[in-house]
Amino acid sequence: MTYGYTGKIAEVDLSISKISDLHINEKILKEYVGGRGLGVKILWDRLGSKWQTIDPLGPDNLLLALTGPLTGYIYGMRICCTGKSPLSNGIVGSTAAGEFPMELKCAGYDGIIVKGKSETPVYLLVTDDGVEIRDASKLWGLDGKNTIKEVNKEVRELLQKRKPNYGLWKEPALLYIGQAGENLVRNAAIMQKWTHACGYGGYGAVMGSKNLKALVAKGTGKLPDVYDQKMLTELIHKCWSTQFSNPQERNWGTASMGYSTGAQSSAEPVRNWQEEWHNKKSMGIVQYETRNWVKRFWSDYGCCKSCMKISVVKVGPLKGAITDSPDYELEAYCGTNLGIFDPDGVVYMSSLIDDVGMSGINSANTIGFAAELFQRGILTKEDFDGIEPRWGDPQAMTDLVKLIVERRGIGNILAEGTYRAAIEISKMKNVDALQYAIQYKGIEVGAHGIRTGSHFPYLGYALSVQGGDHTSIPRPPMSEARSAIGDSLVYCTISGPSGLRNIEWDFYKAVTGWDMNAEEWTNINGRRIIQIQRAVLLLGGPDLFWEPEIHDDNPPRWYIPLPSGPFKGSAPNRDQLMIERKDAYEAMGWDEKGIPTSTELKSLGLEDVDEALKKLRI
Amino acid sequence: MPIQKPWIVRDYLKCSGCRLCEIACSLKHEGRIWPESSRIRVFMLVPGAEVPHVCTQCSDYPCVGVCPTKALSVDEKTGAVIVDEEKCIACGACIKACPGQVPHMHPEKNHIVICDLCGGEPECVKACSYGCIMMGTRSTSINYDLYSINPEELTKNIAINLYGEKGEELTK
Repeated sequence: MTYGYTGKIAEVDLSISKISDLHINEKILKEYVGGRGLGVKILWDRLGSKWQTIDPLGPDNLLLALTGPLTGYIYGMRICCTGKSPLSNGIVGSTAAGEFPMELKCAGYDGIIVKGKSETPVYLLVTDDGVEIRDASKLWGLDGKNTIKEVNKEVRELLQKRKPNYGLWKEPALLYIGQAGENLVRNAAIMQKWTHACGYGGYGAVMGSKNLKALVAKGTGKLPDVYDQKMLTELIHKCWSTQFSNPQERNWGTASMGYSTGAQSSAEPVRNWQEEWHNKKSMGIVQYETRNWVKRFWSDYGCCKSCMKISVVKVGPLKGAITDSPDYELEAYCGTNLGIFDPDGVVYMSSLIDDVGMSGINSANTIGFAAELFQRGILTKEDFDGIEPRWGDPQAMTDLVKLIVERRGIGNILAEGTYRAAIEISKMKNVDALQYAIQYKGIEVGAHGIRTGSHFPYLGYALSVQGGDHTSIPRPPMSEARSAIGDSLVYCTISGPSGLRNIEWDFYKAVTGWDMNAEEWTNINGRRIIQIQRAVLLLGGPDLFWEPEIHDDNPPRWYIPLPSGPFKGSAPNRDQLMIERKDAYEAMGWDEKGIPTSTELKSLGLEDVDEALKKLRI
Repeated sequence: MPIQKPWIVRDYLKCSGCRLCEIACSLKHEGRIWPESSRIRVFMLVPGAEVPHVCTQCSDYPCVGVCPTKALSVDEKTGAVIVDEEKCIACGACIKACPGQVPHMHPEKNHIVICDLCGGEPECVKACSYGCIMMGTRSTSINYDLYSINPEELTKNIAINLYGEKGEELTK
């Protein structure tokens, strides 16, 4: 008996409209758990031998939406989307909060794997009765808010018709794409409930490449049996009783950092990272909470912290925009990074990015990059189809978003993401545009700078298997595996109650009956996942390949001393970092070229990964 | 002086959508997490406009009146509607009779589910930390029947309250 799992993953081949069930054996579940870990295992088994030739936006790529054993049982649920990333050509575990994973599990599935490509736009509907492929031609072209509206209507009517005696049917939950995903914008997100994004990795474009508008689920079943319900119920109540323990997190979430990360920590993107400091009190949380927040506490299923809030622009030319908090990342990227320092402007920008279904971090990094090229005269008004993306102008910036989503003019190049656009623009304009591209291995960086030496670790992003993803950072002495826990058990690490450290492993025991602890995870199971991710990242392809010597490094800008603020003059010393990189390689079980060693891989039982990496070791 | 009956006070605009009420209810009634078995269900027809949907104990109990098998009765102490699961034939007459279509079928068993107020101390209320659902007592000056209301109607109001014209557009 496997507790905590439904024991079934739906597998859909859109090319031939075939639907089947996949069952994962207990040994693999124990080793790879769920979400990111299980996704990595499935992707490696199926695509590993031909990884370099798989086009992330072609029919051979897989799109996985997986829950984990703790999803639904522990506070704060998320879904983990994976596949071969169209940005890094590796694998990113990309999660977002919302109700979809609960509905999926209640319909009897631990996850969905989609392969192939449909000829016409479709969505998948998962109910107690199984999975069906349904026409989405009327949904194609709709933004996020209207997609949810139309799907809710259609599916509720359908269920009401099928089971009229049930009573009122609640809404289904959706993972969906906006126009950005449809148009294969590489940093398009898979969205949930208007504003929540599986942002890193570009999986919205993978969905678009399959002509798949949405995954929709409505289940009425119970969560799977657990090993020890009494222990689980006690743990749940323990978490609930501590939910007020950190009023700061509860009242403001990460949104309070929009001012302080710039003004105090000096690690916030300002005008495409030309600076990391600002002292704009207009970005203070008190402004958002009094001017824009219409909902002070907004939670996803089972969350006892509700760090999210809902913001609206009430007056003026930007009136009508709706988004969540914005949280820190989007205050930074849709705000300070674009020189926008007023809450209405930030909410407006964030709202549009939600609606078209782009990753707020990644796409606004690309927009900042483009705006800097405009500032420097490398790209002109003509290149931008008449738009002048000046710092601080939310309307010009949103016009630029539309240019990218519709792939018009330079938008068609920017739609390839910051790194690929930088290479193309360098050729086009005969300049080195890469010096303005703040990204790691194709993944635009999160809103946390390293130059002060005290915010994020100097080599964190450079060594991450998920590139610029700020949620997957190796922090010595802990390895990156520690960051991957939440993505594999699949829950929200932010909504965890303060002061209950490592409680996830108590939940894991109560739910599955299996034993695991942080140390074992970090040294064995989690580490195994990281090594496979490192391997596929180095295998890369088909359009780009990474060389550790060059790409396990920070963008050039981050070696330029900070020009302003309390840490003025601060920057990492590259020579010193290159020595530290060598030590870090060794600690990670990688050779001097940054490739996982045979000894390391064999000790983790990854002989086939070792075999595949042989061609890189020559 | 008669003992005042309990009522779950609702402050809809305070619902965070956390659904701890649903979890608490299903833990109490089913011994496990099972959202659709919960006697209180939170509708989210429009994100942000979450609506907890639960029995209000109407003064005339139309659901009890229409039940063809007398499976529904009123608890003397609390005023809650009690379902006799053996007698219920899952015909759905009570759903149609309810002005807010509050009752729904048990997702697995052959009977209706309606809030029983947990005998007077509802678990959902204990789980809510936002003041969205609170414990109160019924007074004679308020018409509680008005709270038996379809969540679609409330969603429209709340969406307009939060989002103005955009809210109206999204609930058309």
